[in-house]
Amino acid sequence: MSVIAPQFKFSEFVKSLLDNAFWILFLMVLVGLPAVMMILFVIDLPVIDGELLTPFLAFTWLVDPTRTLPIIHALMATDFFRIAVFPGFGFAALLAAGTIFAERKMLAKMQLRVGPFYCGKIEGILQLMGDGLKLISKEIIIPAKADKPLFWAAPVLFVATAAAFVSLIPVAPGWVVADIDLGLLGVFAVIGFFPIITILSAWSANSKYPFIGGIRALFQMVSFEIPLILSLLGVVMLTGTLNLSEIVESQSAFPWIVFLPIGAIVFFITMLAELERIPFDLPEAESEIVAGWLTEFSGMMYGLVQLGTYLKLYAFAALFVVLFLGGWHGPMVVPPFPYEIITEGITMGPVTAQIPGLPLFTQEMLNGTFWFVLKTVAVIFFILLPRGVFPRIRVDMLLNLGWTKLIGLCFVNIFIALGLLYAGVLGPGGLQ
Amino acid sequence: MTAELPPGLALQKVDERIMTLNVGPQHPGSGHMRLIVQIDGDYIVACDPDPGYVHRGEEKMAEYRNYILNIPHLERPVIHDSCNVLYPYVLGVEELLGIEVPERAKYVRVIASELNRCIYTMYWLAIYGIFLGHSTMFMWPAGDRELLIDLMEKMTGARVTHAYFVPGGVRNDLPPNFEDVCLRQVNYFEKRIKEYADIFYDNPILISRTRDTGVLSRQDAIRLGTTGSVLRASGVDFDLRKKEPYDVYDELDFKTNVLKEGDSYARSKIPWLDMLESCQIIRQALKKMPKSGSVRVKLKPNPKGKLDSVYKRVESGRGSLGCYIVSDGKPEPYRLKMSVGSFRNLIALPYLLKGEKLGNMPSVYWSLNYWPVEADR
Repeated sequence: MSVIAPQFKFSEFVKSLLDNAFWILFLMVLVGLPAVMMILFVIDLPVIDGELLTPFLAFTWLVDPTRTLPIIHALMATDFFRIAVFPGFGFAALLAAGTIFAERKMLAKMQLRVGPFYCGKIEGILQLMGDGLKLISKEIIIPAKADKPLFWAAPVLFVATAAAFVSLIPVAPGWVVADIDLGLLGVFAVIGFFPIITILSAWSANSKYPFIGGIRALFQMVSFEIPLILSLLGVVMLTGTLNLSEIVESQSAFPWIVFLPIGAIVFFITMLAELERIPFDLPEAESEIVAGWLTEFSGMMYGLVQLGTYLKLYAFAALFVVLFLGGWHGPMVVPPFPYEIITEGITMGPVTAQIPGLPLFTQEMLNGTFWFVLKTVAVIFFILLPRGVFPRIRVDMLLNLGWTKLIGLCFVNIFIALGLLYAGVLGPGGLQ
Repeated sequence: MTAELPPGLALQKVDERIMTLNVGPQHPGSGHMRLIVQIDGDYIVACDPDPGYVHRGEEKMAEYRNYILNIPHLERPVIHDSCNVLYPYVLGVEELLGIEVPERAKYVRVIASELNRCIYTMYWLAIYGIFLGHSTMFMWPAGDRELLIDLMEKMTGARVTHAYFVPGGVRNDLPPNFEDVCLRQVNYFEKRIKEYADIFYDNPILISRTRDTGVLSRQDAIRLGTTGSVLRASGVDFDLRKKEPYDVYDELDFKTNVLKEGDSYARSKIPWLDMLESCQIIRQALKKMPKSGSVRVKLKPNPKGKLDSVYKRVESGRGSLGCYIVSDGKPEPYRLKMSVGSFRNLIALPYLLKGEKLGNMPSVYWSLNYWPVEADR
């Protein structure tokens, strides 16, 4: 049999790592340092604490934890950090990028090929960056008869809505961008926006294939929203709250999937449909309607829609974790020592490095984030898996599934929840 | 406006509910052709196939080249099935020139022809998979095809366009130790394609999607003149390898696969069953083949055909493939006409798609075992 992939060699792997490190250092020395020096020539150096802030002093302060950690701490306590970096957009975008890479590699392994391989030298890890650069550098073409303002607005709105969805997800105790009491209702409201944006973009393109794709997306999303909402009713009845953080807190003993497996399964299927993943990727069925409602998007507009799609994927997987798999709850695996080092200092021989505390980075928070990410990655894996196994289904089969089977199962799930409530096994707040 | 317009030119009343889609030639689900599809909501009202985008004038080109020079360009219509495309031409020329083919060459031809049928069917199956949105079914056949392509490369020296069959036998003998390698590869190949049942043919979503769509009844299949897998999927037991055995097919033991349903699923399953049967044929031919001997009759340079016409047909990957050669005693054929299975199967498409849902269009279209380049010739 012919050779499909170059063979993996550990020495080559190490060599490629060293190679990458060499080029990063090389570019830093050749480009980064001269740039810094040039900037230093131009600007006036400030006086801080009676000392002239020379570059040497700046570097000295940079490696001095007593000066840098409070700054980092202050930054982390801001709302900006929460929105842009940790539980918000940056964290979600990182996971989304990881999802795209994992999807391509996993699908490749299932299909007896290697997937991205050369870009970045280590298993094609930089392929996504290359694709992003390509999308940014491409020309944006807008159809002549398109409704231009709406057509421009659609990708931006799509990403914004997906980001709004991400902001409602609690990642670790206390780490959530928008901790509102009607969190689950907020999620339903955000999900309700997606069909509107889809049909707006499809209609504004003024082209046949996007129009058909948009109509299909509308059918699909609207008919699957009802089972989606109904399948979560059981959880709401058992917890008695709509606040997502409180729903997670109620699962400290058992995740709700133990008691409501039917609801979890229905929610997973509707999630696949809302995300337009195979087997429910009818709005983007390429052999029938080219790329569906994405047909006329080009360049970074398409890139934005893809970003939004994968942010949405992360948010849905995270919602599944929050509602059914117990969110951040899990055995304590993070050892306590990093926290002690940070707060109480460390003694190394005669020197004691005293570092001011960072109460935000608690052991619980690190542990919660670890379990949350682990569970989310597992759910994302199961979302990606059908793509290698199933063909696409048809519109009538989809609607039949949504309106007859899934809604019926939702009611079964609600009756199970009611039974558990009245039998006194479970009540608001978890195990009675 | 006079009322006496011919039917084709009569103005059609525009219905605002009906949307006309140009599916192709630049469309992921069309191939080198255009389907003009009129849809009402999700239902197809009318479909008008418009082939001819890759017409190359093969038949006219054949009139300017002698019988040997015609070999390489006549296999171009289906490069994945190049041995079978050339087969009727070579058989016809042999009859015109009055050549008797050596016994070993006949077996080598059967092996090459069956290998080529598998290579073509794997490619077709890959595209059928991706038309249904099943990307694994696109990658697996495309990868497993390499096994047989490597075999053909050992046999003929080329990966796709082999130009292997010549009037009087085959171009060159098999390489040493070919029988063992071929047996091993074919056994592994058979094991692999049996696994396709798990991921594709027994997949409940696939079955629910293609069962009872585009049903072609037995009477319609015969009336519309379909052939090959389309005909056999509608319950007609017609295989030229059985009905009009050429070369050594009458000495080999194999069965033709017939299904009664006549829907897309049956039409997609018949080529796969045929591939399993091809593996049996190859194994038998390897066993029965004379171990040594000539594989080619020496021809005179620029041979002239006798004043006659001849029609030969073989069972290709897409059904009956005929070649009609008229000779006027010159080194070039006076007229050469290819009757291809693809074009005959395409005729059924407008009848099958009328009233279907738009989502069924790719599966019905590609289940007809249609190869656009061959239909245009």
